[in-house]
Amino acid sequence: MDYDTIASFSRSYGTIYLMVLFLALCAYAFWPRNKDKFDRAAQMPLDKDD
Amino acid sequence: MFNHGTLERHSLLLVAAILVVVAIGGIVEIAPLFYLESTIEKVQGMRPYTPLELAGRKIYIREGCYVCHSQMIRPLRDEVERYGHYSLAAESIYDHPFQWGSKRTGPDLARVGAKYSDEWHRAHLVDPRSVVPESVMPPYRFLENTELSFDAAGELAANRMVGVPYSDDMVASARADLIAQATPDDEGQDAFKKRYPKAEARDFDGDPKRITEMDALVAYLQMLGTLVDFKTYQADAPENRR
Amino acid sequence: MQPTTGTQPASFELVSVPVAFVLFLLLAFVVAAQTPDPLMAIQAWTFVAGIGITLGWFAKRYSEGVPEDDRGAYANDIVKAGVVASMFWGIAGMLVGVVIALQLAFPTLFYFDALPELNFGRLRPLHTSAVIFAFGGNVLLATSFYVVQRTSKARLAFGLWPWFVFWGYQIFILVAGTGYLLGVSQGREYAEPEWYADLWLTLVWVVYLLVFLGTLWKRKEPHIYVANWFYLAFIVTVAMLHIVNNLAVPVSWIGIKSYSAFAGVQDALTQWWYGHNAVGFFLTAGFLAIMYYFIPKQAERPVYSYRLSIVHFWSLIFLYIWAGPHHLHYTALPVWAQTLGMTFSIMLWMPSWGGMINGLMTLSGAWDKLRTDPVLRMLVVSVAFYGMSTFEGPVMSIKAVNSLSHYTDWTIGHVHSGALGWVGFVSFGALYCLTPWLWRRQRLYSLSLVEWHFWVSTIGIVFYITAMWVSGIMQGLMWRAYNEFGFLEYSFVETVEAMHPYYIIRAFGGLLYLSGAFIMVYNLYRTARGDVRESEPLTLKPQLAAA
Repeated sequence: MDYDTIASFSRSYGTIYLMVLFLALCAYAFWPRNKDKFDRAAQMPLDKDD
Repeated sequence: MFNHGTLERHSLLLVAAILVVVAIGGIVEIAPLFYLESTIEKVQGMRPYTPLELAGRKIYIREGCYVCHSQMIRPLRDEVERYGHYSLAAESIYDHPFQWGSKRTGPDLARVGAKYSDEWHRAHLVDPRSVVPESVMPPYRFLENTELSFDAAGELAANRMVGVPYSDDMVASARADLIAQATPDDEGQDAFKKRYPKAEARDFDGDPKRITEMDALVAYLQMLGTLVDFKTYQADAPENRR
Repeated sequence: MQPTTGTQPASFELVSVPVAFVLFLLLAFVVAAQTPDPLMAIQAWTFVAGIGITLGWFAKRYSEGVPEDDRGAYANDIVKAGVVASMFWGIAGMLVGVVIALQLAFPTLFYFDALPELNFGRLRPLHTSAVIFAFGGNVLLATSFYVVQRTSKARLAFGLWPWFVFWGYQIFILVAGTGYLLGVSQGREYAEPEWYADLWLTLVWVVYLLVFLGTLWKRKEPHIYVANWFYLAFIVTVAMLHIVNNLAVPVSWIGIKSYSAFAGVQDALTQWWYGHNAVGFFLTAGFLAIMYYFIPKQAERPVYSYRLSIVHFWSLIFLYIWAGPHHLHYTALPVWAQTLGMTFSIMLWMPSWGGMINGLMTLSGAWDKLRTDPVLRMLVVSVAFYGMSTFEGPVMSIKAVNSLSHYTDWTIGHVHSGALGWVGFVSFGALYCLTPWLWRRQRLYSLSLVEWHFWVSTIGIVFYITAMWVSGIMQGLMWRAYNEFGFLEYSFVETVEAMHPYYIIRAFGGLLYLSGAFIMVYNLYRTARGDVRESEPLTLKPQLAAA
């Protein structure tokens, strides 16, 4: 293993890995069907409790 | 009714996803360091610490010297001119743990060895401001009054378990070598020199009657950065440019 | 949905935790009796004392039957204990910080020949561990136990085992902290405790994870609230970091000393992978969980964007873990690793600011509360400090900047803008919220004392970080200054001398910050007692009554 192998690997697959991860994450966060769930979740700290 | 099984799976899925995501960064960055030639190369002159130096290093760690002193010279012009040749990966190959440090409240010590006399180190450790009036370093007077307590064979054996190439002979003679290095007229002198070529043996603490923590710490400080001979080290040689 | 009322704990649950402690007590006795190492003996006896206190506490608590709290819908006493422990360790850790700042400013006054225990090299790890792990750790324990119960509508899981986590963690702090004074150290920054303390912490941490997960498993809500994601990432990742970074071989099973499994370059990157992510997951993810619960709660409005919080969470944790190598710029670490560390550190700016915006914008439409509610102001200013230090961090990770800033006080200033401004203030805010909630008081004892705390501490931070910026940048420039003949302009000790005035200013800033913490402790103590300051009757500011 040498420097060039690692550098080219991280430039290609590393970028793809991060992009895919980020897109999947955005898809999950902004998927329309999840909206209600997240709106409800956002209210959770405000629920009456003691 | 909701199914508890699904819920449990969800929180465990979350844990698994967190673990995968956080493990990848560490694996990609750390694992290659165990295989890359530039980080596992050996450089001529490097040898494991002698038992006395190892005892000194233990004191260095115990007193937290690393919180104020680095042992890592960066390849920047001012650092090389102030402290000496930049530090090589190979120079800390036997350092369990590494002591590169992160802060220079005091100067870098990577090559402090042989720059000052033993007397200077003793005076400086006992009362830093007696030799450097502006210093903010704590005093270490107790080192010269504390007899060295060090299970030399056991400590070397533990180092061998984590990969330091101490021979059986070195482990068996650890105690004798520790005494020999701090006692110039000791009969074990020749055997010590054979096991640790070029290691310096002398009475580091100026008290020939006993071996103190001062002996050990000064012995360690005086060898720091002295093992690799940079008159013969060729940074541009093919084997050092990998 | 209403939380279910807890039932009487089973006798197994009552007995198993004290029995576990007794077993470790016996183990500690054996070690204390067998070891030839006097330091190990002291450490083992410290352990014995810690467990002794714990068992005494259990005996007292259960001497007159099972207390009310054990049957309640929520376990509140353990959160109360965490609040008290946070205050205690916070004061202790900050006090040691002021002492070591004074040592650097006035070395002739604050060092003692006969007391090596009080030298800077031993007190500095005590300070860092006390503020990060003892103060910060207890704040995280207390808030995570509070938040996971409220957002799950369920009582903490596994009976008395949460108390094992609480007391086990205090024992770890006690053993590690007294160890530093004795010179027991692995020599790894922010991971100084030796192998046996590390093993103990690992055990405590696994129980912590199980209690947290077990509570989530009991939840009455289908969705896990995002604050709990941050707590989970904090618990899981810190476990991974702690275990890998502390891999070591002890010299003897009854001795203190161990040798790291790794050496040199590999050891350095492992340590800073740990060290940076102690910042990322202990001091960031855990405290972001506090932000995501306490700011909405205190502002009485939901978080600005729940979707943004999800993006924030995942991008933060998958970028943070790569940033460690920026602590090793220009060292013998291979350049590709340094470049990776720098790249990810710069990218980190984005999720960090995404989170900051999410926290700050939660107040949109309610900005007037900043004027009237000093607790909310403290929480919000902490987020502003978070934004400031997460901008400064990426800048310092750029190699050209780092060549100047590394090894200088600039780093110390950066750390403290995050630690005092972000972690400290968000913790204080959470403690100010929790105390009246837990002790069931209508309001804090005094809101004007919160104002005093806020301003005294803020001024303290400003003194601290500006002094460190100036001294750090000045020292970096002095180190690399050349004179007209091409020689280095300054000897090292001339740069030390130049630091003197800034070290005094820094100590003063730290003293102000500590004074603010004392004001808080007094205020919270009076609140818990049920007092209300005479000059601020309850009717005065009804809108500020705590939830």
